[in-house]
Amino acid sequence: MNRWIYVLLLFPFIAMLWVPTYSAVAPTLGGIPFFFWYQFLWVIISGLITAFVYRMTPHD
Amino acid sequence: MINWTALSVFIILFLLVTVMGFLAARWRRGDLGLLNEWGLGGQRFGTLVTWFLLGGDLYTAYTFIAVPALVYGSGAIGFYALPYTIIVYPFVFVLMPRLWSVARKHGYITPADFVRGRYDSHPLALAVAATGILATMPYIALQLVGIEVVLAAMGIAGDLPLVIAFVILAAYTYFSGLRAPAMIALVKDSIIYITVLVAVIAIPVHLGGFGHIFAAVPKPKLLLSPAAFPAYATLALGSALALFMYPHSITGVLSSQRRDVVRRNMALLPAYSFLLGAIALLGYMAIAAGIQPSRTYGAQWAVPALFNMMFPSWFAGFAFAAIAIGALVPASIMSIAAANLFTRNIYREYFRKNCTDAEESATAKLVSLVVKAGALLFILFAPTQYAINLQLLGGVWIIQTLPAIAIGLYTRWLHRYALLIGWAVGMALGTYMALSQGFKSSIYPLAIGGFKLPGYAALYAVIANLIVAAVLTWIFRAANMAAGQDETSAADYGAEVPATPAGGLAAAI
Repeated sequence: MNRWIYVLLLFPFIAMLWVPTYSAVAPTLGGIPFFFWYQFLWVIISGLITAFVYRMTPHD
Repeated sequence: MINWTALSVFIILFLLVTVMGFLAARWRRGDLGLLNEWGLGGQRFGTLVTWFLLGGDLYTAYTFIAVPALVYGSGAIGFYALPYTIIVYPFVFVLMPRLWSVARKHGYITPADFVRGRYDSHPLALAVAATGILATMPYIALQLVGIEVVLAAMGIAGDLPLVIAFVILAAYTYFSGLRAPAMIALVKDSIIYITVLVAVIAIPVHLGGFGHIFAAVPKPKLLLSPAAFPAYATLALGSALALFMYPHSITGVLSSQRRDVVRRNMALLPAYSFLLGAIALLGYMAIAAGIQPSRTYGAQWAVPALFNMMFPSWFAGFAFAAIAIGALVPASIMSIAAANLFTRNIYREYFRKNCTDAEESATAKLVSLVVKAGALLFILFAPTQYAINLQLLGGVWIIQTLPAIAIGLYTRWLHRYALLIGWAVGMALGTYMALSQGFKSSIYPLAIGGFKLPGYAALYAVIANLIVAAVLTWIFRAANMAAGQDETSAADYGAEVPATPAGGLAAAI
């Protein structure tokens, strides 16, 4: 199996630790500032990435 | 004034989990005279139970009180809990299956067991065990604070109810071991999910929508100032690196039946992160609802007061039960983890080399009682602030075991004595950093030359630890200092290990 797939797991780190990219009010979503809904979105993205890596690597 | 409706619902739920805690001894019955049966639930938990157990273990009652309290009191910085729990699972996804495999292969029950086997070093194993116990104790004490706050919210004063709750907890942990919190976690997390779901839908409706809530938050609390960016990022990273070094996290991982259960759970646990983010928002809702901090409990009063204001009494009781039961699960697992460490890595190692399996298990049960009694006495007789300060230090301390445990799972390049000295430097430096801020903040204003980079003290201290360990490794290797025998082999880290009968596993230890 291609071990490079594990590199995907670095994306949540880059996205979350690079704070200036999301410390903003606009655009809001349903009244919620960007700073908050963007991080909620990353909860989902990060979970999906981990699930994808799990699927693509040996498991039972 | 006592809120009888809320209290009745609370007591019914509390009784329910008490009965479950005692019945748990019969669940997937095993010989509780063996440490891996009592302390790791026989290592037979599947995906769902592990999910509930780890979720109930990592997202503690204190988290549910403290995170919204921080958002309520200090604003957006309190949200670091979200990036923290976003990055922790990808990290642990690659790390913890390796620990699971090598632990199952060699019968390791604690992280210190692994360190001893990997590095052939008793002092290093002792350092890891002592750090684990030291970091866990104040964490158990803080779970009591969670119970105390919700009892006060129902109008219950005095220490007696707290003592009763803890005695019950201690009793079923003693009898059932890890099976008790695993079973209770199923109920606890279900009512937590219901509570939070209702709260994030009903309260914003009441307050006129999220637009109104965020409009009510003062500007400095709504967003991070650019000066706070490094603090936010280092708090998230440092906390994520530290979380699975805690003994109770490792206990949760090692109790699962198969390696694949651990891997699968790292993709499923983010559901709890979503929940945590929703709970953090309650801090802003409390601001919008005009909640005032209490004289006794400060900002920690925000969420209980918000529930009292927004929910009918019976549902407030339901929500308070969620928080209180939410304290019991981690407190139980933490006391088991500390007991495992003490029994396996201190008692058996230094006091009773030839102790039998039954004696080992009996000692661990007793130690779990002592640990909880200590936490209770601490909360009753010392100011709560001490427990909070010590828990802050606990995070700084536990991350110092990261080089030995996490890096040790990949390579044995770091020399055992270099790791030990690095650990000592990290402990001393981290403690100094926290003390120098008078415990008011875990952020240390690091200045290199004229360049200021305020960040999480734990992360800075573990970087120093790593640098020392690497430099000394290079020197010790050049000097040909003995590195000891590694009892593990490369193949041990990647394999699914079939479950052995309990006796066979104990015999292999």
